[in-house]
Amino acid sequence: MNNEEKRGLRDLLGGPLPLEGDFRIPSGCAISGIVDRDCRLFNGDDIISSISVMRDRSNGLGGGFAAYGIYPQFARHYAFHLFFEDYAAKEDAERLLYHHFMVEEMDSIPIRKTPGVKDPPLIYRYFCLLPRGRLEEQNIAEEDYVAAVVLRINRDVQGAFVFSSGQNMGAFKGVGFPEDIGGFYRLEEYRGYLWTAHGRFPTNTPGWWGGAHPFTLLNWSVVHNGELSSYGANRNYVEEFGYNCSLQTDTEAATYLFDLLVRCHGLSLEAAAKVIAPPLWEHISQMPSEQQEAARALRIVYGRGLLNGPFSILLGGKEGLMAINDRIKLRPLVAAEKGSRVYVASELAAIKAVEPDVTRTWTPRGGEPLIIRVCSNKEVTT
Amino acid sequence: MSLSYVLPEFIITRDNERCINCRVCQRQCSYGAQLWDDNKKKVYSDESKCVNCHRCVVFCPVNALSIQKNPSRLRENYNWTQEDVRNIHRQAETGGVLLSGMGSPRQLPVIWDKLLLNASQVTNPSIDPLREPMELDTYLGRKPVQVKLTSQGRLAEKLPPQLHLSIPIMFGAVSFGAVSLNVVKSLAMAAEKAGICCNTGEGGLHKELYPYGSSTIVQVASGRFGVDLDYLQAGAAIEIKIGQGAKPGIGGHLPGEKVNEEVARTRMIPLGTDALSPAPHHDIYSIEDLRQLIFALKEATDYQKPVSVKISAVHNAAAIASGIVRAGADIIAIDGFRGGTGAAPMRIRDNVGIPIELALAAVDRRLRQEGIRNQVSLVAAGSIRSSADVLKAVALGADAVYIVTAGLIALGCHLCGRCYTGRCSWGIATQDPQLVRRINPDIAVERLINLLRGWEHEMKEMLGGMGINAIESLRGNREMLRGIGLEKKELEVLDVKAAGE
Repeated sequence: MNNEEKRGLRDLLGGPLPLEGDFRIPSGCAISGIVDRDCRLFNGDDIISSISVMRDRSNGLGGGFAAYGIYPQFARHYAFHLFFEDYAAKEDAERLLYHHFMVEEMDSIPIRKTPGVKDPPLIYRYFCLLPRGRLEEQNIAEEDYVAAVVLRINRDVQGAFVFSSGQNMGAFKGVGFPEDIGGFYRLEEYRGYLWTAHGRFPTNTPGWWGGAHPFTLLNWSVVHNGELSSYGANRNYVEEFGYNCSLQTDTEAATYLFDLLVRCHGLSLEAAAKVIAPPLWEHISQMPSEQQEAARALRIVYGRGLLNGPFSILLGGKEGLMAINDRIKLRPLVAAEKGSRVYVASELAAIKAVEPDVTRTWTPRGGEPLIIRVCSNKEVTT
Repeated sequence: MSLSYVLPEFIITRDNERCINCRVCQRQCSYGAQLWDDNKKKVYSDESKCVNCHRCVVFCPVNALSIQKNPSRLRENYNWTQEDVRNIHRQAETGGVLLSGMGSPRQLPVIWDKLLLNASQVTNPSIDPLREPMELDTYLGRKPVQVKLTSQGRLAEKLPPQLHLSIPIMFGAVSFGAVSLNVVKSLAMAAEKAGICCNTGEGGLHKELYPYGSSTIVQVASGRFGVDLDYLQAGAAIEIKIGQGAKPGIGGHLPGEKVNEEVARTRMIPLGTDALSPAPHHDIYSIEDLRQLIFALKEATDYQKPVSVKISAVHNAAAIASGIVRAGADIIAIDGFRGGTGAAPMRIRDNVGIPIELALAAVDRRLRQEGIRNQVSLVAAGSIRSSADVLKAVALGADAVYIVTAGLIALGCHLCGRCYTGRCSWGIATQDPQLVRRINPDIAVERLINLLRGWEHEMKEMLGGMGINAIESLRGNREMLRGIGLEKKELEVLDVKAAGE
């Protein structure tokens, strides 16, 4: 073993750095996504190959994946994935989980010790159902109930973090290069119809695995290459509705915004895209009058939901996948398709590494969403 | 009459080598400080009349004049300043309330100057306003929590009435009476041309200004001057004036000297009488009374126009604002203690009210905490001196700002603060026909448009520098501000981090 591999004092004793969440880390990155419109399942090898091509876009300080369709035997259960700093945090979090849910099964998420993935926290998952009669008693919608528990644990339980909370989907993330994280979580053993991946290049050292992407809430997952100049306005806006931005990352605020617009306010993905990346006022005034009225109203009411600054975002959800750029396309995003599969990534090379023989490639324009609805709702909107 | 103890505040220095006795200074001075000696055929000065308005200095063709503070200084006294002594002498001689014009000049912290803006680098590119679209469009009015669309993506429920501004700046309340008709006309014409709004203040709406109604906010103040149905329907929005930053707690004041026939007719008051607005509206003694008036105005105008409520920045501004939202207002205008005025008691102007920066931050935060921020638009005033102040106000939570002093300075005001005399040598705060002609509306409009254009370009540069291409993204975005030289508590109230954090 040479000196580079030996751990130093810093590794042993921990640096004096505060946890992410006490300060804000901007980051640049790599993103990739693969979705099968017919919901055919495939394992994590493809997405890992794809993201590993873009290694230079990350710096080894964050990587992660979201996978949909991976828990068919628990399709109705909310699969909670949690990080714990220590067993005391695990106890505190479990107390809340067991109080609010019927936990049908729990285990530590299977991992494989991987060089390059150092000092993982405790990682557990819980398959939860709502206790019978609980919703009527609380007079609350099911997803609001689940979201509230997630937000409460993340806000109130010191040293615990819920990093996934959807049905039949899961996020897998940590501090390390994404391909190493993929190996660490043994993603070749899972089969899903939609995979997204992210490699992070943060400008400071995060101490906490929670800060890696994707950020999730319920079935939403967001991987994000970019930085929100509008973060202060967006965060203030979503916090008015009860969301708590404990991690102080842009991606967290964006995820809550999508949950608010689509799940709570019932906007379509197309309308939500018009909120986060609206057409210019000049273009709105040239639209036919009914369309103009709607576009203007969206922009007037949801001004604080506009995401300003460069971004490429991949949003995973119940309907499928939405890929979208900021209005003046300051980050790359390229798409391709072959058969029932659609690929999106920061670079074409990341797509060609998995599927050299694509039938079509194209570059979505700034502000125009690419929406791929899966299974029952097959549609590619370009 | 016994000898006055009050010394002249200023002295006039004339360079006799340069002076050509052209009498321009004598003709331009409206206060009688420059005089002509017909025997000696020379101009001479009476410094006791000088108010330091610089009209003669600017107009002298040979630059022979300069105005200085009277060098006669009392013995140094940190507690009893020269000004304190002077004011007591004046009150001993007259028994009157000390009047003042324009905003408070007191040496209290200017918080705008302790806030710094961000710029993006490396991780987030700045945006080039010369090559990329940069949007400053602003809509003021009540907004619903969500937008309801039909399955075809059409709007299912219309929005409440909105006021569109091309930039987040409006001309604030300044009355016909406090200033001349030429000035209010210039403000209205410039507002229309620039795609923004102006505000009638307490002066009512002169018949000549009705054509500009769609760019005018008509004010309903405690004196109800000029308020009738035509007036309400002429404006693009209606503003209930509860208070004014320069004089919280008391009403407007137009001295009788400035109430000529036109002013009297527009305000619907007798000629030559002091127009003293009551301190409160005598039908608004509680928040529920305010609600009643708001809805009376909405009923009278068929719910077609946003109703704004203007308050002074005082200690419990946040709680008051919250109440006003729930009373049904669509816009809340907050006027800070530095706000301008044509006439206000000096002690009230200089001692009552708080800075707009703190009030704005507190109100924005309180409304967000209560989950009602979207129900009103916030307009900040008192005093906005530059494009940087505008952006800082937006970052603290304002949807738009009002400017008046800056606009009057653009027209020639030199802040001598003697507006209440009606002798304004620049032709602004006067009704004297000889002086009123000194403002040519065509030139005045051009100067105002120039000011707005200059500020607009500066704002676009700064926004682009922050990596923002739509003003919505700066609204309430405290991340874009850092404080310097502020106390911990002030940073807390502003909800802004310290520079370096």
